[in-house]
Amino acid sequence: MVLRTVVGFGRALVLLALAVVNAALAAVALLVFLLCFGLGLVFLFPATIRLVRRRAVQARRLALAWADVQIVPPYRAAPPPPVPQRDGWYREGRSLYRTSLVPNFNRTFEWMFKDPATWRDLAWLLGDPLIGGVAVLLPPLLVASGVALMAQGPVQAVAGVLLVLAGPLLAPRAVRLHGVWTRWLLAPTYRARLTNAMAQLTRVHTDAIDTQAAELRRIERDLHDGAQARLVAIGMTLGAAEELVDSDPAAAKALIAKVREASAASLVELRQLVRGIHPPVLAERGLGDAVRALALDSPLKVSVNVDLPARPEAPVESAVYFVVSELLTNASRHGGGRHVAVDISRRGPALRITVIDDGQGGADPSRGSGLRGIERRVAAFDGVLALYSPVGGPTTASVDIPRAFAGHAACRVTLPPWKHRLMAVCWGLMWLPLFPQGLVAAGFKIFDADERSWFLALYLPEVFQWPAIIGMIVLGVAMAVTAYGLTQEIKRAEAGAAA
Amino acid sequence: MRVVLAEDLYLLRDGLVRLLQAHGFEIVAAVESGPELLRALLDERPEVAVVDVRLPPTFTDEGLQAALAARRSIPGLPVLVLSQHVEQLYARELLADGTGGVGYLLKDRVFNSAQFIDAVRRVAGGGTAMDPDVIAKLLASNARHEPLGRLSPREREVLELMAEGRSNAAIAQRLFLSESAVAKHTANIFAKLDLAVSDDDNRRVLAVLAYLNGTRA
Repeated sequence: MVLRTVVGFGRALVLLALAVVNAALAAVALLVFLLCFGLGLVFLFPATIRLVRRRAVQARRLALAWADVQIVPPYRAAPPPPVPQRDGWYREGRSLYRTSLVPNFNRTFEWMFKDPATWRDLAWLLGDPLIGGVAVLLPPLLVASGVALMAQGPVQAVAGVLLVLAGPLLAPRAVRLHGVWTRWLLAPTYRARLTNAMAQLTRVHTDAIDTQAAELRRIERDLHDGAQARLVAIGMTLGAAEELVDSDPAAAKALIAKVREASAASLVELRQLVRGIHPPVLAERGLGDAVRALALDSPLKVSVNVDLPARPEAPVESAVYFVVSELLTNASRHGGGRHVAVDISRRGPALRITVIDDGQGGADPSRGSGLRGIERRVAAFDGVLALYSPVGGPTTASVDIPRAFAGHAACRVTLPPWKHRLMAVCWGLMWLPLFPQGLVAAGFKIFDADERSWFLALYLPEVFQWPAIIGMIVLGVAMAVTAYGLTQEIKRAEAGAAA
Repeated sequence: MRVVLAEDLYLLRDGLVRLLQAHGFEIVAAVESGPELLRALLDERPEVAVVDVRLPPTFTDEGLQAALAARRSIPGLPVLVLSQHVEQLYARELLADGTGGVGYLLKDRVFNSAQFIDAVRRVAGGGTAMDPDVIAKLLASNARHEPLGRLSPREREVLELMAEGRSNAAIAQRLFLSESAVAKHTANIFAKLDLAVSDDDNRRVLAVLAYLNGTRA
């Protein structure tokens, strides 16, 4: 407690000092803008904005660490560097440049200038000495005035001591207030969040389409080089056999045997291809048995627990199958363990897959292309992969896919309207039996007050008074419990509907 | 020998009918959907049934389910299941009742008519016919199993062929060995895997398959 107060006071002082720094920085920024847009020294602009941003980033970090206020950076993604044309020149609109300097500057300038976060940063910088500064100024001000008072006499000294104590006590709140003020301007606006979400969606979308296109190309290549080529060979060999069948039956027979081999080989190839596109066991049995089939094929001891009341959407099923397959392969190839537990279960509209192996751990998604593949595959469904793999094991990989079930209709619980009404009535009226008619009446009874007021129980004959009071209290508690239960139920139903 | 055949592709069904008839089988019913198959199996009680896994109306595992259901009402009803792909999971389900008289082969095996007819006869006689692919998967997934590692390469080959459901004579012919040499290998295998020796070919195969499946239960 004491420590917290002292630390809070220290933080308030630091924030106060930073507010002064902000004022200086704001003055510099304003001067630079004057030079930029008055005298045309635009090359100063990016450097200044970078400086301002650095200060803002630091302020966000402090807000999280000191005031427990989390602020997401609102900036748009930096533009990609300009790419030269074939002749080595850089084209920007209708102009050509020999080096990337100017196009690069133009992009940076536009990126910074058009991002509202830039201007909000500046507004914060200007406002911080006034608003944030005042918030954190209060504690030191109280202490200072307290010290000043103490010198003026015994009565004032008491007040002074109180003020000196009050200052640090208020400090944590002041720091928190400063954090809230910082969030007000430095957090992304609703619009900025939407813009960023859009950019993210576009990326996932492009990724998904790219992956799909690559898959199709692979299938085309496999068919072209494999089955198609073999069928051509089969046709040719059969033609040769047809010509030979009268003159040299033995040679024709040998050719036909070769044809049979070729057709068997192309079947094997096609089977592998089909397995890669959509595993037949998944089509025939659904996710549970498909994962069990994977478990049987793995050299490790795999226990499978699939708890799904309904089948997820087909694309999700197929993605989950490949994810489990990849994770099992990883476990047997790198993990060095003996047992793996696979758990697939439904949480509302979401699907969670957990794969735990007792191997030596140390898996790193940034190194393994398999894990990256899993991330890409589930990203198409807004899914995320969480990997916990300490060196020495065990490794836990879990994948959450938020909307895995078709239509989400099955999980939306629509409550009948009478439940809503009952909840309203219970919340509204539970106080009556509980407090005035129950507890307060009990108080009157215990202290034997003359007043009967509007307490129903006290108008009854003596014998019924206590039972009536207790009955009222029980009724009140029952209504409270009912109201609370219904509220929770409705909340759950709404959460299910929203998800 | 009376056969019920279930296959939804006309060309393949026709081909199978010809192949079986050419080898002296009598086709009592050639059906193309799951419900028809179940009815035919229960009404005709064939000496052997040749069944495709994926059949209409759902095109999932209708054929397999019908075969399993029929075997529940008529224990030991010989069924040879054909599929475009083989899964240990399905093999396990077919073998689960431990009565034998089951086969599970890739459709490709039809190419070699002599071996295919041999498999049909084996299943009809209460034996088993497991696809080499199933056995390979079964052994691969048992790769880290200690006692199997102690088998010599030759014993492993014998084990594979035995697990497919072949008799000692057939194994001897396949590996160019004498029957007594195969018998010696078999005895060694059973000793190393700690299994009880049985003279009956069919029971022996079931014991080996149960062993391979059981190590991972």
